Amino acid sequence: MNDEKIIICRCEDITIEEIRAAIADGYTDFEELKRFLRVGMGPCGGRTCLPLIRRELAIFRGLPVDEVALPAKRPPTQVTTFSSVAISSEGEAK
Amino acid sequence: MTDFPKTAEVVIIGGGVVGASIAYELTKRGVKDIVVLEKSYISSGSTGRCGAGVRQQWGLEMNCRLAKGSVDIFEQLTEELDYDIEFRQGGYLVLAHNSTQVKQFERNIKLQNSVGIPSRFVDKDEAREICPPINTEAFVKATYCPTDGHANPFKTNFAYARAAERGGARVYRYTEAKDILTENGRIVGVETDKGRISTNIVVNASGPWSHEVAKLAGIEIPTFSERHQCLVSEPLEPMFETMVISFQKGIYLQQVPHGSFVMGIGEVEEPNHNIRSTWQWLEFFTGELLDILPVLKDLRIVRQWGGSYNKTPDAAPILGEHEQLAGFYNAVGFSGHGFMIAPMTAVCIAQLIVGEKPTVDISPLSAERFSKGELVVEPSVVG
Repeated sequence: MNDEKIIICRCEDITIEEIRAAIADGYTDFEELKRFLRVGMGPCGGRTCLPLIRRELAIFRGLPVDEVALPAKRPPTQVTTFSSVAISSEGEAK
Repeated sequence: MTDFPKTAEVVIIGGGVVGASIAYELTKRGVKDIVVLEKSYISSGSTGRCGAGVRQQWGLEMNCRLAKGSVDIFEQLTEELDYDIEFRQGGYLVLAHNSTQVKQFERNIKLQNSVGIPSRFVDKDEAREICPPINTEAFVKATYCPTDGHANPFKTNFAYARAAERGGARVYRYTEAKDILTENGRIVGVETDKGRISTNIVVNASGPWSHEVAKLAGIEIPTFSERHQCLVSEPLEPMFETMVISFQKGIYLQQVPHGSFVMGIGEVEEPNHNIRSTWQWLEFFTGELLDILPVLKDLRIVRQWGGSYNKTPDAAPILGEHEQLAGFYNAVGFSGHGFMIAPMTAVCIAQLIVGEKPTVDISPLSAERFSKGELVVEPSVVG
């Protein structure tokens, strides 16, 4: 397996190699790691990558996976266009 | 933690961009024995939630000087801190919607130019050259400063914290100041949830929590926190580099180097610490955005979040040592523009602490100005 070719965050194009390097460099808090690499900040909202990165953080920190806090979840749950927001608010005004 | 420090020359409360940059500027001036207390992770407060803009177009001379000095620092900060902070000078386009605003902007530009900020008026045609998709019906005139721009707040914060650590400062995450100890009108220590630290100097750089932290020292300062919401879109190919803002609408938006658009708008809010996102805000924002940039109607919203503006009654920060408590320094109440003026603010606070004359005279920004009625009102706040 070639770590520089294994993409973990598909939205932001981040590999397992970059993630492990950042963790080893001290970004061991999930919120800080996210802000440093942009992992989980793409259109999918981290659905694919966050569980995989959580496991990497758990291994590095020597913790059970569920003791590694996940970053805050933020709306919207699915990407949405401005026009669809505008249409929904017009509908309510009537 | 067994090696938690029992003494420190300086304790800084808050690991955001303000606390981290002050720590770094102190190490540059020979102060090594510094402890930074961060109650959560680095950039967990206002820094990690800010709109990433760097503006010099202010209406108050003090803010102009702090902002200009900060831009001068931002220009070489990637090199100085050996960390790419993604600083880009794509300018700020400030929209005027009526003749009253044009008159205010005339005064602002005169002031800005007098301290070396290269801002100027642009007509609708030039505004469209700077920001091609802008709706020119939505404003009458605009001002533009080409050296304003963008920096990555997370990376600037990490860069300062790491440079401070290299200089000897110790940064403690998930460590909270619980009490500030005083004797005979001076600081003697800080009680934390990891132990007591003896010190004669405490810097309050706690952003949204500035009022509460000052209270730990028995000091009342007139700061309060107010929710402000932002959002970020999917990334697109570069469309324009300028930030577009309107004080009338309270809106700001910019396509950041990543390609996504970061944008926000202010709403009337009660002072409190609630920073949750709301769909009502999203609907309000969408209407105002599509008035200025209808071309963005099919752009997809990826994420919405909230953060705090820590405000003062005159929208200018409180900087410097408190008159009634020796060794207690405030760097708080930035009212929504702390990130962009942090570099020069940090220089001035560090200079005060080591007994040098600050590069910018920040004495009018003392906490005492409110009790003396010497307010320094900033007219140009956005978001």
